[in-house]
Amino acid sequence: MNKPMRRVSVFCGLLILALLLRVNWVQFVQADELQNDANNRRVNIERYAHPRGDIIVDGEPITGSEEADDPDYRYQRTFTDGEMWAPVTGYSSQAYATSMLEGVHDSILTGDDDRLFFNNTIDMFTGEDQRGGNVVTTLNADAQRAAFEGLGDAKGAVAAINPMTGEVLALASTPSYDPSSFSGNDGDDQEAWQALESDEDKPMLNRALRETYPPGSTFKVVTAAAALEHGAVEDVDTETDTPDPYYLPETNNVELPNLSDTSPCEDADVRTAIQYSCNTVFAKLSDEVGNEQMRETAEEFGFNQEHFVPIRTEASSYPEDNRPQNAQAGIGQASNRATPLQMAMVAGAIANDGTLMQPYMVDQLVAPNLNVIEQHDPEEMSEPLSAENAQMIQSAMETMVEESDAIDTSALGDVRVGGKTGTAQRGENNEEIPYAWFISYAMTDEGSPVAVAVVVEDANVDREDVSGGGLAAPIALDVMEAVLADEDAG
Amino acid sequence: MSSSNTTVSTGGLPSRRNTELAMLVFAVLIPVFAYANVGLAKDESLPAGMLGYGLGLGLMAGVAHLVVRRWAPYADPLMLPIATLLNGLGLVLIWRLDQEPQITTDALGGPMAADQLIWSTVGLALFLGVLVFLKDHRILQRYTYISMVVALILLASPIFIGEEINGARIWVQVPGVGSLQPAEFAKIIIAVFFAGYLMVKRDALALASRRVMGIYLPRGRDMGPILVIWAISLMILIFETDLGTSLLFFGIFVVMLYVATERTSWIIFGLLLSATGAVLVASTNAHVGDRVHNWLNPLEVHANGGITETANVMYSFGSGGLFGSGLGQGYSRLIGGIGAKSDYILATVGEELGLAGMMAVILLYALLIERGMRTALAARDPFGKLLAVGLSGIFAIQIFVVAGGVTGLIPLTGMTMPFLAQGGSSVIANWALIALLLRISDTARRPAPAPAPSPDAEQTQVVRA
Repeated sequence: MNKPMRRVSVFCGLLILALLLRVNWVQFVQADELQNDANNRRVNIERYAHPRGDIIVDGEPITGSEEADDPDYRYQRTFTDGEMWAPVTGYSSQAYATSMLEGVHDSILTGDDDRLFFNNTIDMFTGEDQRGGNVVTTLNADAQRAAFEGLGDAKGAVAAINPMTGEVLALASTPSYDPSSFSGNDGDDQEAWQALESDEDKPMLNRALRETYPPGSTFKVVTAAAALEHGAVEDVDTETDTPDPYYLPETNNVELPNLSDTSPCEDADVRTAIQYSCNTVFAKLSDEVGNEQMRETAEEFGFNQEHFVPIRTEASSYPEDNRPQNAQAGIGQASNRATPLQMAMVAGAIANDGTLMQPYMVDQLVAPNLNVIEQHDPEEMSEPLSAENAQMIQSAMETMVEESDAIDTSALGDVRVGGKTGTAQRGENNEEIPYAWFISYAMTDEGSPVAVAVVVEDANVDREDVSGGGLAAPIALDVMEAVLADEDAG
Repeated sequence: MSSSNTTVSTGGLPSRRNTELAMLVFAVLIPVFAYANVGLAKDESLPAGMLGYGLGLGLMAGVAHLVVRRWAPYADPLMLPIATLLNGLGLVLIWRLDQEPQITTDALGGPMAADQLIWSTVGLALFLGVLVFLKDHRILQRYTYISMVVALILLASPIFIGEEINGARIWVQVPGVGSLQPAEFAKIIIAVFFAGYLMVKRDALALASRRVMGIYLPRGRDMGPILVIWAISLMILIFETDLGTSLLFFGIFVVMLYVATERTSWIIFGLLLSATGAVLVASTNAHVGDRVHNWLNPLEVHANGGITETANVMYSFGSGGLFGSGLGQGYSRLIGGIGAKSDYILATVGEELGLAGMMAVILLYALLIERGMRTALAARDPFGKLLAVGLSGIFAIQIFVVAGGVTGLIPLTGMTMPFLAQGGSSVIANWALIALLLRISDTARRPAPAPAPSPDAEQTQVVRA
């Protein structure tokens, strides 16, 4: 009986060998895959097992972590002034993942980033829990507050940048949401999330970066830049040969009206055309420059591409189009669409003498031991127009602000302020309440420290009262005032 | 030394009792350290029950050792330490899972480590009883057919008085004791029956066969009992939906038949029968179909959006990686339900002790099987050989079916890891199984009695007046 018994023993050995191979396969070969599987709850447990790093504005954290009762997730994210900062921070929810900066720099904030490896190793030896790093932003708390409170109950967005560096100073979007309301994973969080998801006003949409609007008349400064750069006009004070009324090219005499019949738009120079927002002049200039070159200039200003600041922005668009459409795109209508940040970049490039700086909102990534692991330095993105041409447009935009009755810059002190209003039509046959736009910059002797774009979608006012100067400009002025006050103080 | 174990020797083999004692010290110390480890990881202090647990386990091992020293002095020195170590580790793992409130609710039976300790003690008592009262394993041979009847009654009992838990009907409620799994006891008794039956019939089965196409086919009347066993296995499978037990019984019968007759044709015949049975059942039984589906798609999300136990078990193993999270620091409780402490106990081993711990545990079982097989080879009587092969084979098949099922090598079946998993019947039955193997190995390794004195060699007696 010993021979078959030996064979049975070998067979048992093979069974054991099969088991050993299998556990090696599962726990060695497949381990990483299983460990990081989206449905493996350990991923989230690990993530919330220690406090997250913070997002810093002006040296103060605008986020926090509090201990939760949940047996699985020890810490829960909290946000200071959550509604105000939501477009910057995004959310970090146990149930609904992350977004915006919380998402982009998640690995730094959790402490899992490879660049924190040495920190983690040292923490391991000193017996400390893993800690997350901090994300230091370029934002300006006062400017952000001015923007958020300025928008108030209205639906809209504000983007402010420092034209000289590209630093993002304010990013507001209303209506907003409090990311703290669903940072856990219980019933309340689910309810809050579902309510926000189904809200028709889309409070979780980051309007400053992720929504594109027809830029309306604010785009005329781009058209002016293209006309100057491509030689369609000599300077901003040379008369253009523009008829009033102006008929769109290649159409059966479709008339393009001006805002008011009394505006001196016939043959107006660029300065006057900017002051009175003459559709006729800029439609004609856009047509003269031509679609291809208009697109080229728009793209140098940042159109037709996504930007990563490092949050991804929606791409603004100035598409390839036929002549009548291109003429209308030149006054910010038709197929032309822009994000508020894009229009702040336009104002910024003009204010920075024609040089567009790469916009960014994260200055430093800092390890838990305060070592800087990444530092962002200002970078030039493009030069959409020459310094000379930029200064001419500055002068025209400043004239516009000076001559405007609605815009009062006295609170800003001894600075030059240039701006451009816009009232973008929307809806079939312009039926819906138009968007009110205002883009502007403030100029000191050392250059321009701030450029702002404001869009108000819906301020609960009658359509007759919607105007860039009346609705959007005061918000922009408040934001600039806040930045300038900090400059003086700093 | 090892080679001398395999052959029948009349020489005075060392009893190896001191080796056993040294090994037992480790077998007690390792679980005690593991126990301390869990306490330190969970509360950063030594657990309060540590002294009691250590003394209890030490006392049990000490008594077992003394009884073996007295009543089975030539028994294999490794089996008792390995069983003690596995039993001790099992208690720690169950206690460790008791620390997770989510899977220790009253609805799930509350903490189970204390009960498991009582069952282990009962198991050990049975182990001692077998060693003390069963002087020779050949006594069991007398009860061949009684064994068959008892085994059949035990196997069939859940069909009539059992209740269905988790889709399997394998439990019997005993008032005042709790639920028992009769199949755990039946597996030992049926091995006794097979050994007794095959010892008598082996010549008939081996020699009286017809050769068809190069294969020896058994005669119809010899085939009868085999078909009966096959039918019983299928009945267990169909009425109790207990895939594991039917696989175990049929598997062990084929193994013992092959060893008894030395005919390969029996294996082919057996495999054909089991394949037929498997296809028959898998195509008719939804429960078995589910298991196969889960095996093929382990990570699939349940229809109601939940994560399946199978997926959670795989996540446990994967998250354990090479060295594991450390005892008390894993999340195998996410598996949920009662399975975490019983059927899926290996997931906790894999997650908290890692691949290293998992391989160590599998190798402990492998060593136990190897010692059993060695005992079979060394045994001097055919009944002892067959019984030892049967018992070791049962162990091997059970380990493979359970560990293979949990790790996703084969479809999951409802059996438990011997000694490690929570469950009273299992731990009691397996202590008895080890006792039988020790008894056989004691007989096998015992020095042969001195030859009967030959009258011729004796000195002429002086008759004194």
